[in-house]
Amino acid sequence: MESLLPEEVLHSAKKVTDEAEVFQISSRETPIHFEANRLKQIQTKESTSIALRIFREGKIGFAQASGGDGAASLIDMAVETAQLGSVAKFQFPSLMSYPEVSIFDPQVEKVTMEEMVKMGEELIDELTQHTSDILCDVGVTKGTASVHILNSQGGAASYNKSFFSFSLEGVLIRNEDMLFVADSEGSCCLPVSVDRLAGDIIRQLEWAREKAAVPTRLLPVVFTPSGVASAFLSPLALAFNGKTILEGASPLKGKLGKQLFDSNFSMWDDATINYSLGSCPCDDEGVGSRRLPLISGGGISNFLYDLQTAALAGTQSTGHGRRVAGGFPKPGVSSLIIGEGDVSFESMIADIKEGLIVEQLIGAEQGNLLSGDFGGNVLLGYKVENGKIVGRVKDTMISGNVYRVLKELLGIGDKRRWVEGILYTPHLYCLGVSVAAKCR
Amino acid sequence: MPLFSSKATIIAVRDQISDVLKGHNADYVEIRFEESQATHLAYRGERLEEIGRTRNSGGNVRALVKGSWGFVSFDCLEKLKDEVALAVEEARLANGEEFKFLPAGPVLDTVRVVSPKDAASVSLATKKQLLDEYDDIILSSPKIQSSNVTYRDITRKVVFANSEGSYIEQAKPDLTLRLAAIARDNNEIQQAGFSLGSRGDFCAVEGLQKQVKGIARRAAALLTAPQAKGGEYTIILDPILAGVFAHEAFGHLSEADFVYQNEQMRKIMVLGRRFGGKQLNIVDDATISNLRGSYKYDDEGTPSSKNYLIQEGVLVGRLHSRETAGRMGEKATGNARALSYLFPPIVRMSNTFIESGHSSFEEMLGEIKEGIYVKDWYGGTTSLEMFTFSAGEAYMIRNGKLAELLRPVVLSGNVFVTLKNIDAIGGDLRMNQGGGCGKGGQSPLPVSNGSPHIRIRRCVVGGR
Repeated sequence: MESLLPEEVLHSAKKVTDEAEVFQISSRETPIHFEANRLKQIQTKESTSIALRIFREGKIGFAQASGGDGAASLIDMAVETAQLGSVAKFQFPSLMSYPEVSIFDPQVEKVTMEEMVKMGEELIDELTQHTSDILCDVGVTKGTASVHILNSQGGAASYNKSFFSFSLEGVLIRNEDMLFVADSEGSCCLPVSVDRLAGDIIRQLEWAREKAAVPTRLLPVVFTPSGVASAFLSPLALAFNGKTILEGASPLKGKLGKQLFDSNFSMWDDATINYSLGSCPCDDEGVGSRRLPLISGGGISNFLYDLQTAALAGTQSTGHGRRVAGGFPKPGVSSLIIGEGDVSFESMIADIKEGLIVEQLIGAEQGNLLSGDFGGNVLLGYKVENGKIVGRVKDTMISGNVYRVLKELLGIGDKRRWVEGILYTPHLYCLGVSVAAKCR
Repeated sequence: MPLFSSKATIIAVRDQISDVLKGHNADYVEIRFEESQATHLAYRGERLEEIGRTRNSGGNVRALVKGSWGFVSFDCLEKLKDEVALAVEEARLANGEEFKFLPAGPVLDTVRVVSPKDAASVSLATKKQLLDEYDDIILSSPKIQSSNVTYRDITRKVVFANSEGSYIEQAKPDLTLRLAAIARDNNEIQQAGFSLGSRGDFCAVEGLQKQVKGIARRAAALLTAPQAKGGEYTIILDPILAGVFAHEAFGHLSEADFVYQNEQMRKIMVLGRRFGGKQLNIVDDATISNLRGSYKYDDEGTPSSKNYLIQEGVLVGRLHSRETAGRMGEKATGNARALSYLFPPIVRMSNTFIESGHSSFEEMLGEIKEGIYVKDWYGGTTSLEMFTFSAGEAYMIRNGKLAELLRPVVLSGNVFVTLKNIDAIGGDLRMNQGGGCGKGGQSPLPVSNGSPHIRIRRCVVGGR
């Protein structure tokens, strides 16, 4: 690429602006796709993107470019938008030290495409040995990314990250009945074991072997870790977002210190866990990462802020400025962690006379997320009867509200696991979730 | 090197492509280049939160060797020969099952899009002024806590060339506007919104003052509206939501890549099978002029076409890429689309709709003792067999009349059962351009969908 070094962009930008910040990310990724148990496609994706944020006459301008564009047009575009931009309320962070977080493993790059193909084949073999007619779409991905942030206050951050992940979606069709099973596993370092992934998928297949029907009424529900992600992640991430707080659209506004959740329920965000996919030494604005308590013993302790939102709210950035595809940094989670409890999954099930285990919902994000509503079709879930899992439910919807459902929990699981590399959570045993099923 | 900022560069790119397409070791190679420029503005409450411009360019190579694909994406052109070699190496490694591409003649064409008012030529200040006005309308309405307005226009130019001798340049502009009003009363928070789009025509987002006022009022009204009681209902869908239903519940199922390698799915989706009543016709058509899902050639260079998926209730067609068509011995329909140069094309819908029938809204309504009228789009998704989609606006129906406003409802069902349960189709087909489709990590792809009012018996509605 032609002359798009962050230093040069910053240098040129400083000549025509009050303040400037350059964010550059370069990545190289190799995803391997298996479709219907067969190796389908191998890809290599390489890209470099550079974003420029400026203050000019006190207003924010923004531009992003990739490809052969020169730095000159990047500056022109940013200057143009600054004429109409919003007022800059913050200052770019000056040079600071960041926490030590390990997120790069040089071994990741060295894994060959042949080895990745073999890993995918082994995973598919393991599943087809269990259920011969399952058709699996498997992804095996390796990649590296390198991030550079520079600003006119002397701030400078730079890090390399590696990642390796497996994803699996299996479908089993018998007549017109379709069963979908899915899971993923990933890390910044090797080895990434597929045993947990394969084990969980096989368990899903076992539990879904029989079919069962639930009645239309309130039922106790156990959310598995992926069920927790499916139902609660979006409304919670939205409610703790500093922007939602600032505009008064979060039910948590003005509730710092208030007890709104079960007293055993705790949740925090932490980008400093070694080799976790969401980890990094600093956020996308160069503010250092840290462990930020959000819910402590059921009480609201903090919200997520980036620089501008924090300044508008009269507080400090918490290091949660995240950029998505050519946009401004916005508050966002890195890795959400839910504290573990002391109830085993087995004893949750044993406790239920009639209830539901929810593993995966579809359409869960289509309700009124702002008010904490969740709901959707149970894509994968099982009925529990007299303490035993009796089979998979279909044609069933659940709906509820996170503030009501998590206010009093029947139990928090004693084991946790990562879901999609973003949430580390135990099982949650909830009382009284509304269930609607198709009449038979 | 800039990709194609000038005529001279375009010619240079063209020469370079034909050069690298000469010497390769694959059954088929294609190259796509793309240059795009976008403007976006976003508001939260009274603050303009984002105003930014982006300019991206890049390309990719896809190679086919003995039935398997290699794909390489990049953002600089300098090593094109190496990228082709890498894609071929990847494809060799994949070693899948061979198939035959049906022969396609080389296409040489340049496709431009002419808009009555090209958004790219409208000044930033004009865009901001219009959005300021909409944002103010929302915020000045009673009980409104905040607003959420996002606008984006993009001009894209895509160059496609393949080893069969095709060379196609296509303009692919797109524009979207989403507006939401957020109302609050103590702990109650409700929102209402709408979204629309066009193929880069700025006129589509002008003159919306009345609709904007409407969403602000509705958000406030939802604060005191009850939630539906969960269970089975007869429902009437408005054209917007019925279009989402056509897309989610049936459109995805007719994408051949879900079918071609799966024996069971092939049996389920066998042509000639009855899916619904005689009045049901579902179409996907990228050739309609000037909708967001319209295009002349797909991202494999296949000309687009009008395809009946369901005709008089019977499955008569499906959407194909060249590969799925080749593997199933059917005709490529021109539905292989890629979100951008970062992705390979996959089978996608374009403009999907249910054709008009003969029932009037009043007739449909009059026959319902207790039901729900659902309007407008909030979201939708499918697992092929089961679908869910949510309505932005809902009313109880009692004794043949519209009754109280309800909180937004989520509907769900089994596609095979639900299509058979459509028992009335209106005559008022309307297309909705506010959606984007996601599949295989490629989202949001510009599509449109539509329908007349339709009535469905026994649909599961989530609720308290």
